[in-house]
Amino acid sequence: MAGPSIMDSLFQRTLEDLIKGIRLQLVSESTFISKAMEEIRREIKSTDLQTKSIALQKLNYLRSLHGVDTSFAAFHAVEVTSSPRFHHKQIGYLAASQSFNSSTDVLLLLTNQLRKDLNSINEFEVSLALECLSIICTIDLARDLTPEIFTLLSSSKLSIRKKAISTILKVFREYPDAVRVCFKRLVENLDSSDSQTVSSVVSVFCELASREPKSYLPLAPEFYRILVDSRNNWVLIKVLKIFALLAPLEPRLAKRIVDPICEHMRRTGAKSLMFECIRTIVTSLTDHESAVRLAVEKVREFLVEDDPNLKYLGLQALSIVAPKHLWAVVENKEVVIKSLSDADPNIKLEALCLVMVMVSEDNVAEISRVLVNYALKSDPEFCNEILGSILSTSCRNVYEIIIDFDWYVSFLGEISRMPHCQKGEEIERQLIDIGMRVKDVRPELVRVGRDLLIDPALLGNPFLHRILSAAAWVSGEYVMYSKNTIELMEALLQPRTSLLPPSIRAVYIQSSFKVLIFCLHSYLFPNEAVASSSSYANDLAPGVADSIYERECSEVDNLATSEALAGSEKNEDFNPRVLRQSAEDLSVGNYGDTIVAPGPSSSSAFLKEEHLTHGYIVSLLDVVKTALGPVAGSHEVEVQERVHNVLGLIELVEQEICDSLIQKEGNLVVGEKKASEVIKLMHDAFSEEIGPVSMSAQERVPIPDGLMLEQNLINLETICGDIQIPISNSFSLGKPEFEDRDGAALFDSQDKEESGPSSESTSLLAEHRKLHGLYYLPSEMKETTSNEYPPANEPKLTNDVRDDVDVLVKLTEQSFVPKKKPNQSKSRPVVVRLDEGNEVRIADKKPEPKDDLISGAVQDVLSGIEAVPSSSRGKPSDKSSSKKRGKEKITTIEPENLADAGNSEVGNSNSRRSKHHSHGKERKHKSTGKNVEESEEKGHKEKQKSSHRHGKNKARQRADGGVNVVAQTPVIPDFLL
Amino acid sequence: MGIRFILMVNKQGQTRLAQYYEYLTIDERRALEGEIVRKCLARTEQQCSFVEHRNYKIVYRRYASLFFLVGVDNEENELAILEFIHLLVETMDRHFGNVCELDIMFHLEKAHFMLEEMVMNGCIVETSKANILSPIQLIDKAS
Repeated sequence: MAGPSIMDSLFQRTLEDLIKGIRLQLVSESTFISKAMEEIRREIKSTDLQTKSIALQKLNYLRSLHGVDTSFAAFHAVEVTSSPRFHHKQIGYLAASQSFNSSTDVLLLLTNQLRKDLNSINEFEVSLALECLSIICTIDLARDLTPEIFTLLSSSKLSIRKKAISTILKVFREYPDAVRVCFKRLVENLDSSDSQTVSSVVSVFCELASREPKSYLPLAPEFYRILVDSRNNWVLIKVLKIFALLAPLEPRLAKRIVDPICEHMRRTGAKSLMFECIRTIVTSLTDHESAVRLAVEKVREFLVEDDPNLKYLGLQALSIVAPKHLWAVVENKEVVIKSLSDADPNIKLEALCLVMVMVSEDNVAEISRVLVNYALKSDPEFCNEILGSILSTSCRNVYEIIIDFDWYVSFLGEISRMPHCQKGEEIERQLIDIGMRVKDVRPELVRVGRDLLIDPALLGNPFLHRILSAAAWVSGEYVMYSKNTIELMEALLQPRTSLLPPSIRAVYIQSSFKVLIFCLHSYLFPNEAVASSSSYANDLAPGVADSIYERECSEVDNLATSEALAGSEKNEDFNPRVLRQSAEDLSVGNYGDTIVAPGPSSSSAFLKEEHLTHGYIVSLLDVVKTALGPVAGSHEVEVQERVHNVLGLIELVEQEICDSLIQKEGNLVVGEKKASEVIKLMHDAFSEEIGPVSMSAQERVPIPDGLMLEQNLINLETICGDIQIPISNSFSLGKPEFEDRDGAALFDSQDKEESGPSSESTSLLAEHRKLHGLYYLPSEMKETTSNEYPPANEPKLTNDVRDDVDVLVKLTEQSFVPKKKPNQSKSRPVVVRLDEGNEVRIADKKPEPKDDLISGAVQDVLSGIEAVPSSSRGKPSDKSSSKKRGKEKITTIEPENLADAGNSEVGNSNSRRSKHHSHGKERKHKSTGKNVEESEEKGHKEKQKSSHRHGKNKARQRADGGVNVVAQTPVIPDFLL
Repeated sequence: MGIRFILMVNKQGQTRLAQYYEYLTIDERRALEGEIVRKCLARTEQQCSFVEHRNYKIVYRRYASLFFLVGVDNEENELAILEFIHLLVETMDRHFGNVCELDIMFHLEKAHFMLEEMVMNGCIVETSKANILSPIQLIDKAS
């Protein structure tokens, strides 16, 4: 042992040797380092402190610059800190501060050394210990060393004092009870004449306040004094940050600080201070018009300068102020737009945000046009940023700013074709979303979809696949607006679709299935087809009173009614009265009739002209057969299954189609055949509309009185076997009809069931429901959910969701209330929106408990009430209860203290109380586990000692705290007034 | 905590000094440094000195071959941090006399020591060059 040790120390490589060595290794740096590590591992075990510390020094270097794991040397670091030589100590502490963390096991061994050094008379040793503590502080260290820090807070040596102040922040975080001991002394340091000390204290308060500003309101007078008196920019910046947090809480405070801040702004030459003033004003003092004006003026100075830093910050300030003072952005429009082509992507992004802020319903089209031009010129990344922000701005709040949906839909089609566009997913979502929400736009949507589908070049771009999938879905779902079904069919089944991923290809095939059904149906039931298409036209007209009735006629499968209706319409020369009526109603909107009217009329025209020819159907079937035949062997199950569905249908139908050729004009006879029946059912299934469903739909269903909800769902599994789980609404699977039927069936459940539902699935479901009624969601719930989405079917019930109870009433009687809706939104087509307030659920429920404890303690101290000192450290329940007591006391006293402080203060204290209650509880839970362990670990003696010391400190503090603090709190109202 | 970390990185992207004020494991540090270096070193002189990365804001400045990167909270004043970087460089200049990469490499501890004098627990505590350097000078004299 002695031999190698001497050899090591004699021939030990110094850090300098090591660095030089590493620099010489051009190729295999890592082998050199691992060799050096071997040496170090040996050297560090040496008994000679010099050798050991040099080894540690090398480790420090390797760790911080070459990322070598040095956790093995933790114990040696502790050893080296105990060296009498300052240089060794320095190395040891550096190693500790760089590599220790709360899970380092030797950390406890450091406690005594830290205490010794904190008490040292050598100020440099003290500051080494403080620095180390400020980085590695854990709850144990904080608790054990609080007394030392407390002493150092009033050290006569300023350099020590300010470091102790900075350290205390960490100690508070780890160990909130330290606040009760040290807080007053910390506050006293605010009065220090040394600006560095003040700077440290203010920094600490800035950090503390950023977590829970309310607690520091009582200190506002102190901060105000610093704001007015201090000439140190570092301090001023921090104080401004504190005020930015405090001002929103107390309007009178805001009024008070506006002038000094403006004064600083006019006076200062330092850009950093200037910017902080600006930021404070635009974040927290937006109600003070003159101050905002001044700030915006200064922002403009930033913007016109050449310095990209100032420009960036200026833009940032603008985007902060924009929500409240849009004029600030508009005034600087030119600079903002020009910044879109800045060299710096960060600046471009900020500018883009600002441009998007200026978007309103009046200019969305022009701005989008300008931005797209920018996008075409810029790099792919920024191009997508632009597209992304256009998309997100447009869909904000359910397409709030979009009035002309036809424009928007064709715009979506246009940006889909942009070369760099990677926003497929979002565009896909919006296309479908708009399709479901906005009836009026469907014809245009189908047109856009067709244009996308028909272009074989687009299939080669993987980024577009999602969009194409949406286009395919739209074309299938709203096929009645399609002008040329055979062309659509060809587009859907073109050979290049083999480039698509299977899931999207499945959507294509499913859509072609829908198209096929639609064509066959209109061929086989020409009358009804017209009727239904005219009822679609009705749906388009938001104001038509009897549209619901008609829709039900066609969708409830009440054959008789619908045929009678169709007959009556037929008499009127295929130009149904209703259609005309709807067009008239639409003319209420100033553009609605021009765009929407052609939709249905052309589709019905199309029905008349070509659809009824037999040859057309045959060729359609041919197209499908030839296209899908080869795909039938696909290995992708989704694709394969859908292909077989289609082919199966064709096989079934073909026979009859040929027969019907012989029989000609025998529509009525055909109508009775099996295949026609199938097609009819299918068509009815597909013509059910899919509506958007609110995310929180289910949550808002009240649990009915008599319902017992089973907690344990184990026996659900046995029943699940025969339950058909409703297929999710995800359109890409293309089979939405199931759930919809379900919904529709229950929609107006009773009378439907009695009138004999024609659809098999409905009756099956109903049967099943009777069997396993327990496991179905309550029927009221279904009704309310349908209340969420029926808007798609029911333009009347749109915009907001009504009371659950009213739903049935609303459905049966044609309420006229909604008639106003179209008038309100005038030219804008109806957009189905769901109940807002989904966000409410995401309310952040977990502020960090420790911070809350800090602020709780701070409030205690500041309101002059010292909770019973927690000498019972090992008994958490006791502590927290004493805490609670303290808190209750504050709340009862505070209104008196702040008698003049007005309602806001009282409100605050109330909310504060409730918050702390819950946190007291949390704390209790947490600490029971933790503290018990600790108390077991710690020797009984030590516990006594430390608690004894704490007690002493507290007593001391209480003694002088009582007078001072009480005198301090009443100051606030005076100051604020 | 205002400042979360301070990095000095050369043109090749090698770390020359790393001081963190919150605990990250070595792997996290390396990953973070790599990402930041890639982001910042690619930027040109005409671009601004602020980069947002993860939940940090990086304020950086280049002096000759050395980049000084400071990771701060989002609320921190960027311009003040730039001034801080400049102060740091001036302080090192005064001590080393026209500081260069090698000075920092070979006197890593001193550099850390200076930083410790200037920043504690992420807060700037000393801004006077003389005050920052006096302990170092004392120690130099003593040894």
